[in-house]
Amino acid sequence: MKILVAVKRVIDYNAKVRVKADNTDVDLNNTKMAINPFCEIAVEEAIRLKEAGSASEVIVVSIGPKACQEQIRTALALGADRGIQVETADYPESLNVAKLLAQVVRDEQPGLIIMGKQAIDSDNNQTGQMLSALLDMPQGTFASEVKLEGDKAQVTREVDGGLQTLSLNLPAIITTDLRLNEPRFASLPNIMKAKRKPLAVTSPETLGVELKQHSTLLKVTPPTERSAGILVNSVDELVEKLKNEAKVL
Amino acid sequence: MSTYTPPLQDANFVLDQLIGIDQLCEELQLEDINTELASVIIEEAGKLASEVLAPLNAVGDANGATVANGQVTETAGFADAYEQFIANGWATLTGPEQFGGQNLPNVLGTAVNELWHSSNMAFALCPMLSQGAVEALIAHGSDALKEQYLPPLISGEWTGTMNLTEPNAGSDLAAVAAKAVPSGDHYKISGQKIFITWGDHQMTSNVVHLVLARLPDAPAGVKGISLFIVPKYRLDEQGQPSELNDVSCISLEHKMGIHGSPTCVMSFGDNDGAVGYLVGEKNKGLRYMFTMMNHARQTVGLQGLSISERAYQQALQYSQERFQGTHRDGSKIAIIEHPDVRRMLMAMKAGNEAMRALAFSAAADIDRAHNGDDSAKKRVELYTPIVKGWMTELAQELTSLNIQVHGGMGFIEETGAAQHYRDARILPIYEGTTGIQALDLIGRKTLFDKGEALKGLHSDIEETINALKASDNQSLSGFTAQLENALQRATEAGNWILDNTAEDPRLMGNVSFDNLMMMGYLVGGWLMARSALLASQQDSDNSAYSSAFLEGKIATASFYAEHYLPRVNQHADTVLTGLKSTFSLDIEQLQGA
Repeated sequence: MKILVAVKRVIDYNAKVRVKADNTDVDLNNTKMAINPFCEIAVEEAIRLKEAGSASEVIVVSIGPKACQEQIRTALALGADRGIQVETADYPESLNVAKLLAQVVRDEQPGLIIMGKQAIDSDNNQTGQMLSALLDMPQGTFASEVKLEGDKAQVTREVDGGLQTLSLNLPAIITTDLRLNEPRFASLPNIMKAKRKPLAVTSPETLGVELKQHSTLLKVTPPTERSAGILVNSVDELVEKLKNEAKVL
Repeated sequence: MSTYTPPLQDANFVLDQLIGIDQLCEELQLEDINTELASVIIEEAGKLASEVLAPLNAVGDANGATVANGQVTETAGFADAYEQFIANGWATLTGPEQFGGQNLPNVLGTAVNELWHSSNMAFALCPMLSQGAVEALIAHGSDALKEQYLPPLISGEWTGTMNLTEPNAGSDLAAVAAKAVPSGDHYKISGQKIFITWGDHQMTSNVVHLVLARLPDAPAGVKGISLFIVPKYRLDEQGQPSELNDVSCISLEHKMGIHGSPTCVMSFGDNDGAVGYLVGEKNKGLRYMFTMMNHARQTVGLQGLSISERAYQQALQYSQERFQGTHRDGSKIAIIEHPDVRRMLMAMKAGNEAMRALAFSAAADIDRAHNGDDSAKKRVELYTPIVKGWMTELAQELTSLNIQVHGGMGFIEETGAAQHYRDARILPIYEGTTGIQALDLIGRKTLFDKGEALKGLHSDIEETINALKASDNQSLSGFTAQLENALQRATEAGNWILDNTAEDPRLMGNVSFDNLMMMGYLVGGWLMARSALLASQQDSDNSAYSSAFLEGKIATASFYAEHYLPRVNQHADTVLTGLKSTFSLDIEQLQGA
């Protein structure tokens, strides 16, 4: 069985996010970029399933300009087998991503698709769900545990009320939550091997997908700066301020 | 506890721009090794360094290794970290492919080693010593010894040690007294060795000791010392560790720093004699040790950079969190806004970047020298005492500045600034003291070839000065003049040394330290100037480096020129006096009254 993992190139979670002076977007010029942390968890889970003998091949897909090959190489260095880059001029919005991925899935016929529940840049949390609808496949989102049993995947999900366990018919789509696993560090031999692993480049045209713009980014503003705190003398004063100044009670 | 962030951008800049690693790897015929791969390797190593090793640094300081019944137990947590370190293949980086190594260039190994030593120097000493043992075996071991010992040492499955020093044989190894008596296909080794770094631990299934000892018929002095390999556990017929050899750690030293690194008193042959095997030929042990000297000394120099980088990061963080003083509008002033604190931070940053440029350049020249490049070999010889001597001395100042930035809190152990200062203090001592480096530089590396290598370096610096003058970038003009002046003074002092000290060992000794420090500040200034020139030539719209980084490079070079280059002149002045008063008092007068 093949596992297909989607990874997104995003700003490194350690990097400080700057907003462009004209408020049109986040300034990514010379900012450190990395695999989206949830996607990295997806890669780790796929590799673990392969190591456990449940999968034969792990394919990593990323969509974006050539630079996103770095993130594919990182996933290959973690242990994935081959990569596919769908070359686009920019980073398309979720529905376009889902349509592109759907076509890659039709071509590759994986038994399982694992992806991050959301990307830390746009925080949409929708691509996996859209992909599930487009492919008419079952979905297990926010997974904190995944077990494969025959032609079924048992997925434990982190929901508001606690944990929910689903049994999905394969092929299925799983999106990862933070606690699914702790991704490994790339090993030196795997970094060396990664540069020789195949990385195919395709395009929306080749995949027969027309990219459509469904939404427009109007403006980006940084969060307001936190002003200095004050010391209160009593609980009563705190309650009074919360009621009358902060108006949160 | 201080966190550690690998300085990826500067490491990449030095490798890519200053060294030209793409071209270097072509010269070395290493296919597919390039800037891009190097940056991935450094980044991935950086993750292990910052997330696994760095948090254990303070743990090792507070809970050093312990010894009981001849066996050392390392700091809790180190064994798991070591397991991860070798499972991820980091020990194999520069080892030859034939024995399981990745055959990557020394310069890349150096860039990665910087991260290990920054994150946890006490821990990193263990793989560092293994690497020394590997090199000794590659250069001098028989095929049989190589096949048996190299694969597990390169993978890190076993670790290696260097057993040189004895109570009466420190800097003077001619006094080595440990004995080796032939016994069938092996030797029985006996004697006591001290200051043995990572001489024992429980992290691996074997520890391989390289031991200097004398054969019964050996001539006296340095020409009678042989090198032996003595495993902690003897090997069975399958080459697997079996029964315990007659080797034990009889005590651990109580040190002022690097507490996480067990410094052992080792005893060989207390019972039936420790089984050992001769490495190479009889009586050539000391010569073999010298073949590894350049690399070992450069690695200690690198530790000077590593620990200063960690200290800088801590100072930088604290200076933004600590508020002292009030602005007119009532808001508090972070101490980083105070000029004297800013001066200290810049001194650390400029010193570190100069050291990184020098350490990586010297490491690249080791690669070229191994590849048969004779001029690089001469340059390595010249650089080695500067890397070891100057960088470890500068580390004393920079780790002390970190304490100063912290003020009173710096003097409090819990802050963690003191650890870096204490850890750094061994660096100008082990692997040849600063005094030894200074004599090596002035004697073997300057007078011996009548200043040929030195003049080669001077002319390279001259070339950079000319390139700086030809540049139309205004921001470079200030330090061009300062570098030109420093070179002129250093040349004057160098010529004085060549003319006056060749026949006068005492005069040579008097000025050797100032000559060493002068050369360090000069070479550092030259490499910072070259870096700034390269930064100024980048097309900022289309560069792999941010404009903030490129501007920072030029500004940091300017600070170096203002702050450190005048020290070249000062040391040159001292050299030119001959420091003739050094022996003007006899010992009784020194005792005063």
